[in-house]
Formats: sequence, C-alpha cells, structure tokens
Amino acid sequence: MSNASLTDQRPPSSLRGATLPKWFAWAVAAGAVLLGLGISFAAGLDSSIQWALIAAVLFVAGSYGISAKVEGRRQAKDRTATSLVWVAFLLAIIPLASLIWTTVKRGVKVLDGYFLTHSMGYVRDTEPGGGIYHAILGTLEQVGIATVIAVPIGVLTAIYLVEYGRGKLAKAVTFFVDVMTGIPSIVAGLFILSLWILILDMGYSGFAGSMALAILMIPVVVRSTEEMLKLVPNELREASLALGVPKWRTIIKVVLPTSIGGITTGIMLAIARIAGETAPVLLLVWVTNLINANPFKDPQASLPMYIYLQFINSGGQGAAYDRAWAAALTLIAFIMILNLVARGIARWKAPKTGR
Amino acid sequence: MAKRIDVSGLNAYYGSFLAIEDISMTVEPRSVTAFIGPSGCGKSTFLRTLNRMHEVTPGGRVDGKVMLDDENLYGPGIDPVAVRREVGMVFQRPNPFPTMSVYDNVAAGLRLNGRYKKSEMDDVVEKSLKGANLWNEVKDRLNKPGSGLSGGQQQRLCIARAIAVEPNVLLMDEPCSALDPISTLAIEDLIGELKERFTIVIVTHNMQQAARVSDRTAFFNLAAVGQPGKLIEIDETERIFSNPSVQATEDYISGRFG
Amino acid sequence: MDISTQNPTSPPTPQPTEAEAKRAARGATRPGDRIFVGLSRGSGIFVLVLMGAIAAFLTYRASIAISKDEANFFTSFDWNPAGVPPEFGIAVLAFGTVVSSIIAMAIAVPIAVGIALFITHYAPRKLGGTIAFVVDLLAAVPSIVYGLWGVLVLVPHLNGLYGWLDTYLGWTGVFEWSGGPARSLLAVGILLAIMILPIITNVSREVFRQVPRMHEEAALALGATRWEVIRMSVLPFGRSGIISASMLGLGRALGETMAVAMVLSPTFDINASLLDAGGGTFAQNIASKFNEASPMGRDALIASGLVLFVITLLVNGAARMIISRRKEYSGANA
Repeated sequence: MSNASLTDQRPPSSLRGATLPKWFAWAVAAGAVLLGLGISFAAGLDSSIQWALIAAVLFVAGSYGISAKVEGRRQAKDRTATSLVWVAFLLAIIPLASLIWTTVKRGVKVLDGYFLTHSMGYVRDTEPGGGIYHAILGTLEQVGIATVIAVPIGVLTAIYLVEYGRGKLAKAVTFFVDVMTGIPSIVAGLFILSLWILILDMGYSGFAGSMALAILMIPVVVRSTEEMLKLVPNELREASLALGVPKWRTIIKVVLPTSIGGITTGIMLAIARIAGETAPVLLLVWVTNLINANPFKDPQASLPMYIYLQFINSGGQGAAYDRAWAAALTLIAFIMILNLVARGIARWKAPKTGR
Repeated sequence: MAKRIDVSGLNAYYGSFLAIEDISMTVEPRSVTAFIGPSGCGKSTFLRTLNRMHEVTPGGRVDGKVMLDDENLYGPGIDPVAVRREVGMVFQRPNPFPTMSVYDNVAAGLRLNGRYKKSEMDDVVEKSLKGANLWNEVKDRLNKPGSGLSGGQQQRLCIARAIAVEPNVLLMDEPCSALDPISTLAIEDLIGELKERFTIVIVTHNMQQAARVSDRTAFFNLAAVGQPGKLIEIDETERIFSNPSVQATEDYISGRFG
Repeated sequence: MDISTQNPTSPPTPQPTEAEAKRAARGATRPGDRIFVGLSRGSGIFVLVLMGAIAAFLTYRASIAISKDEANFFTSFDWNPAGVPPEFGIAVLAFGTVVSSIIAMAIAVPIAVGIALFITHYAPRKLGGTIAFVVDLLAAVPSIVYGLWGVLVLVPHLNGLYGWLDTYLGWTGVFEWSGGPARSLLAVGILLAIMILPIITNVSREVFRQVPRMHEEAALALGATRWEVIRMSVLPFGRSGIISASMLGLGRALGETMAVAMVLSPTFDINASLLDAGGGTFAQNIASKFNEASPMGRDALIASGLVLFVITLLVNGAARMIISRRKEYSGANA
C-alpha cells in the first residue's frame, strides 16, 4: 500500500541524522563575537551596540549556514529559531542590566543615613548635601491616601463582579475596569486638574495627587482581587451558605479570609506601581524643597518629582545630579522591596488547595 | 512498513523517581499488542519511551535499549525527531490542531517533511482519511476546522494524521477512554484494519477492549504506590485471558484488584 | 479544608432545610445582605461614573479651549494658545506619538515574543523562572528612572548607531542626521521599546504557557522539531494573545510621559528624519509645557490630553475585545 514516491524521499537510515556536536552553538557564538569585534575594530566603530549587533547577525547567519549544510534545512531552521530567541533574550537583558547597574553605581554615591533623614532646605543645586526626607514623607502620604481611597472601592467592585455581578452592569464594569487599566497617568492627572483645580479652584496639594493616583490604582486592585476571589472554590461558599450563614457574612468570613493573601499581594503590587508615578504629581502636587507634612494644603515633595527636579536643575552633572540618582535608587529599592514582600506573601499565603 | 520492536532492560525516570523498571519485551510487526494494568503502573510511560516522547516531560529520562528492527532508538547519534516520525502516536484525548482545517491536520506531518504537489497531497489526505474510516464523513468539509468534529471523529482524524506520514509503528495511549461506545467500536474496527499495515501498540484500561482488539497482551503492575512499575508477563491475548501463568494477572483480570 | 478551621465563628448550626439554604443562597433578603450588595454594586457603578466623569470633564475643558482656537485643532502645526488670537493644533503631537510608538512596537514585539518563548520553551526550567521573575520586577521600574537612564546611558550610546544609519541609510531621508544630540524620535522609540518589553513579554508568556500540552505533543509525535512545534501549535494558539499583548504595550507607549519628556528634545515641527530633533508626543508636550502654561494654555493641553485619552481608550478597548473573543474561542474547544 505504501506510496512509493513518499518513501523514496527518505534518507536510507532515517533515524540517524547528521547532528552537530553540542558545543557547536557556543563555538559559533564565540566566533561571531570575535569576528564582530574584529570588524568593528577594523572599521573603527567604537560603539558597543554596533559590534554586539554585528556579532548577533553573524551568529544567526553562521549557525544557519553551517547547520543547513550539515544537518539539513529543517534542523537549520530550528537552530535559527533557537539562536533568534537567545539573541532576543540577550538584547533585552543588556539595557535592563545596564539600567539597574547604572542606578546602583551612581546612586550609592550620596545615599546614606543623612541623605534619608534630611530635606533639601535651602541647599543650592550646585552644592552637595541635602536629602530626600521631605520627598519620602510626601510619597508615603500621597500613596497612603491613594491606597485608602482605592482599596475599598477596588475590593468592593471585585466582590460585586465575582459574587453578585450578573448581566449588563457587570459586563460594563468589567470592560471599563479593563479599559481603565490603560489610562495614561497623565490623563488621570488632567482629569483631577480640570475637576479639582480648575473647576473647584483648589490649589496644589498632595491630596489632589492622591486622587489621581487612586484612579490609576483602582483597576489594578479590582483585577487582582477578582482573580483571587475566583480562585476560592465554590464548595466553600456553598458549605457556608448551607449552614444558613447569610451571603454577606459568607463573603466576609469565608471568601475574603481564604483569598486575603492574594488580595494583599495585588494591593502591594498596585502600590508599587503608583509610587513611581510622576506625571500626575507634576500636574497636581508640584514639588518643594521644604518639609510639608500636610497633604491637604500646598505643594509637597515626592520621590519621583524630586528626581525630576534635581535632574532638570543639574544640567547633567554636579551635586544635584548625584542626588537625582540617589533618589532614583531609593525609589527603585522601595518598589522592589514592595514587590518582593508582595510575592513573599503570595507564596506564604497561597491557597493550599493543591492543583 | 511495519517493524519489530525489541526492548531490553529499559528503565524510565521522572527526575530521580524510577517509574518503570527493567522492562524487556518483543512487539511483533503487523499485530496489535495491548498493555493493561492498574493506574500508575507505568504502561503509558513505557509507551512513551517507544517514540522518545518520555523525555519531553520535564525530568524525563530513559536508559536501556529499544531496537526498532536493527536500530537502537536510544543509540548515539539518533535524532528523536526522526524517531517520532517513524513511530506515530495517538493520544488519550483527541488533539487535532485547533486552528487547522481537517485537511491541514492530516497534511501537517507531511508538510514538515518537504514539499508536495497539491495533487500528491490531496491523494495522501484522501487515502489517510479513508484509512481512518473518516473520509465519507468529512469529505464535504475538508476545509472546516478539525475541532468542529465530534469526539470520535476527532480521534479518527488524529489517527489519519498519524498514518499520513506512513510510520512503521503506531502507538495508541488509551485512544478510546474519552469516547462514547459507538465511537469506541468504530476505532476498534479501525485498529483491526490498521494492523495489516502497522505494528500497533495500544494502552487500555478496558480489558474487554484488550481482549477484542489485541493479538498479544502485556500485563504491568506495581508492588505499591511509590514503587516502580514492572512488566509481569506478556503472552498471546487468549492465554492471558484464559490461563495466565502469573497469579497477579489472573487476579487483575478477574477483577480482584485494580 | 483548612478554611473551616480558620473560621471558628460559624456556630455549629443544625442542618438547615433545603428551603432555608435556597433563601440564603439567593441572598439580598436580610438587611446585612442588602447593605453589602448596595456597597459593592455602588463601587462598581462608581467606576463607571468615574470613567464617564473623566470623559466629561476633559471634554468640557477641551471645548473651552477649542472654541477659542483660531487654527484648525487637528491640522495646525502651531502651539500658541497664549497668543492673540490663540492658535494651536495637535498635528505635530499626533505625528510624534504615532511614529515613536510604531518604532517602539517594531522593536519590542518581536523581541518580547522571543523572550516569552525563551522563558516557556527554550530556557531550562529554573533559569526560565528566574528570568520571568526579573522581567516582572523590571515592569515595576518607574518611568522617571527609565528617563534618567535614557538621557545618561542610552542617548550617548546611540551616537554610533546614528552615525552608521546616516552613512548607509541617510539617502532615504528618514535616517538623515545633522549631528545633534541623539535625542530624537528614534531614541524615544528605542527607549519606549525597552519600557514596554516587560508587559508584552508577561502577557505573551502567560498565553504561551496556556497552550494545552496535548497540542504540543501532537506536533512532537508527528516528528516536529522544537521550532516546528512552536509554529504548528504554540503560535497559532497564542496569536490573539500576542496581538492583545502588543496593544497593551502600545497603550503604554502612547501614554508614556516622563521618560519621553526627559529624553526628547522637542520642537514643534514635523521632521522627515527620525534622527534629527523634531516632533513631540501628547503626553510629553503636556508635561513639558504645563508649568509655564497660561490658563488658556492649560485648557489647550487638556484638549490634547482628551485626544490621547480617546486614542488609548480605542487601543485598549480593541485589545480587550480580542482577549475576550479568544476566551470564547478556546472555551469552545476545551
């Protein structure tokens, strides 16, 4: 029955393809890097980006060519895909590693106890000294108020969507929460600007910024809480309801405690996301060099705006520039710690239902 | 086409856990060999070592020898991709490619292996679908998605897909466990026809099915949970079901455990 | 199971009758239930009202500005809202926003898909997990820090690339470079690409991870190489996911403010070359001009913000539509 034309296309020993050794990819990679460096040197190119790109192209082309010769077209394609995926990974790692490295290297220069515990006061841009105490205070207050506004609304909305929501209203809420996730932060800032500052004629204040940050935070809280509530098995709800416990008490006493770990994680990730927001703060809070502990009146400093201010005033060097990097390092550290703690909680409180 | 499989001293691991231990057996060409045994005894794992699919599971590792006629599948320089082309497989749940049409599903394996003229391809697709007893049901909707067929039709589509590349051996991992009785019957009939052309190995939970379709039956068992699975015996199906040489086999077949 | 032990407050009640259980399940009959439902539904409605309010207030302020605009708001190349008469338009901003986002997408999408595949299908398991974690963390780096890094590290490093592009591709006009600092739309596009990499990677990774194992095994069992498995089962399954991931990334790129404001040296002008100063983006323009804006200028900026809002709304809405359609599609086949 066998179709002769098909069988004939197979190589005689069909199981044993010519295979290049395992070190082949490494050898080609090393060759490509050397050749890339050589070409760059010969052509007088000095940018590391250029020789890296040349090396990457050589690597992909070289491994395809050799493999196509030895192993055949299919294997060569497979190898090309593998090399491209590796190249993509390396291409992405380089800038990201550089970002972290630069921030840490530049940031540790002036980052110390003094820097964290003093405000700028009347330190001039060109002078060393000063610190970010006022900015940390402002960021904590603004983010804190935003959290107090956003969390109840976000969690309740999620409860509505998971436990009660049926029909058109729930669909609309789900859709708009999703869309809200994508609102640019500057637009949220403009909204509070037009409502609070231009129409109600209030001045700059930390609170105005908090409201914009809350707008950015709500959808994140809703989405993560929703996901967590959906993970709670229905059997638990039914078990409680079947005992005659009212639904609202079931939610508060059974559903929420079961998912509290995940909800906390989601909230902390949301906080981490808004803590670095600059644009709305720029429009609504502005910045000051002095300590302003009252978030409801007058401009207040915050870490992102502090970085921005020091950066524009520095002209790319000097004391203000160092301070900008040190504040950036502080901000990144703060956000990373929030992230790590959030993930720790998620792991520690993970529902032990065993999937 | 059909080739003999000769396994000797085969162990398979998941990480450091030994899942099946020291299996040796011969599978005759142009016959149906059924693997039976309680859950977790390693019969599916063993089946997947026969086309080197076991090693795609994270931590999966095999030692021992599997001879396909005169070539060791685990020998040096053997390309697992080529092995899987020679040893086709049908899975427990029908798994046609959801984004492909019926036609493209059958043609998928051939397209990997070079270019065919449209007419050649049409011929192979038609012949494979006929071979899987599916042609009459789908010939008018070859361009509809394969996932739109019924479960039994999907499974026969998967069989057509597997035989389209003309493998030497066809492995079937509980091919009927997700199907209704009528579809099961259709597949069993089909197995009877396919054994004219292929070496067939089938894992099944259903002992009546093993008795109905297979020429030889292998019984696998494990001493306890956490212990490796072992081959207890392999013999003519008739003997296994009437007069097995090991007590455990008789206990299992007569329903005393498992 | 350990929930019942965590819940010591529920008293041991006698087995309720079926009718009681049903009533309880229906809920919203007791005052407690009514209040709770009201609160949670109220929050949901609040979210809708909030979205409406954002649109309404932006539109209101924007209409004040646009009604006084003597130039065509959509086609004018000027931005002089404080002038007499005020003349301003968003043509330059629209151009800059679209061009920088296109550059960002062209760079970021293939690389992000590559990284996602690397994590799910190529890297050893542990390495994949670590990378996924690092990518998660990088998604959290604030844009102001990206901006700082962009100015200090990225822009100087781009000089070589700019020179090279000018030498070999300068004749196209698009890559002509007159030698100023590399703070043009191309630099912005590259920086945006780096910034949106994490989100596109994360979403695509999730989608690739959901590809049913049995589809991949089907391809493997036919004798497919790893790349063929990806092409036959992973990419077709993940296509709509990649599209929506890209659109989420696009949404981010369109609205990115601080990093662009720090890196771009803006001119209110459209320049055919991507390497020379020229253009601006909606968000960048708002941040850069806000501080010195007159009352009229603020309203004009709000008007441009409204346009940005509408664009991101459309992009994100489309992305969500695609995702939800995919759910129905894969659900039908599960």
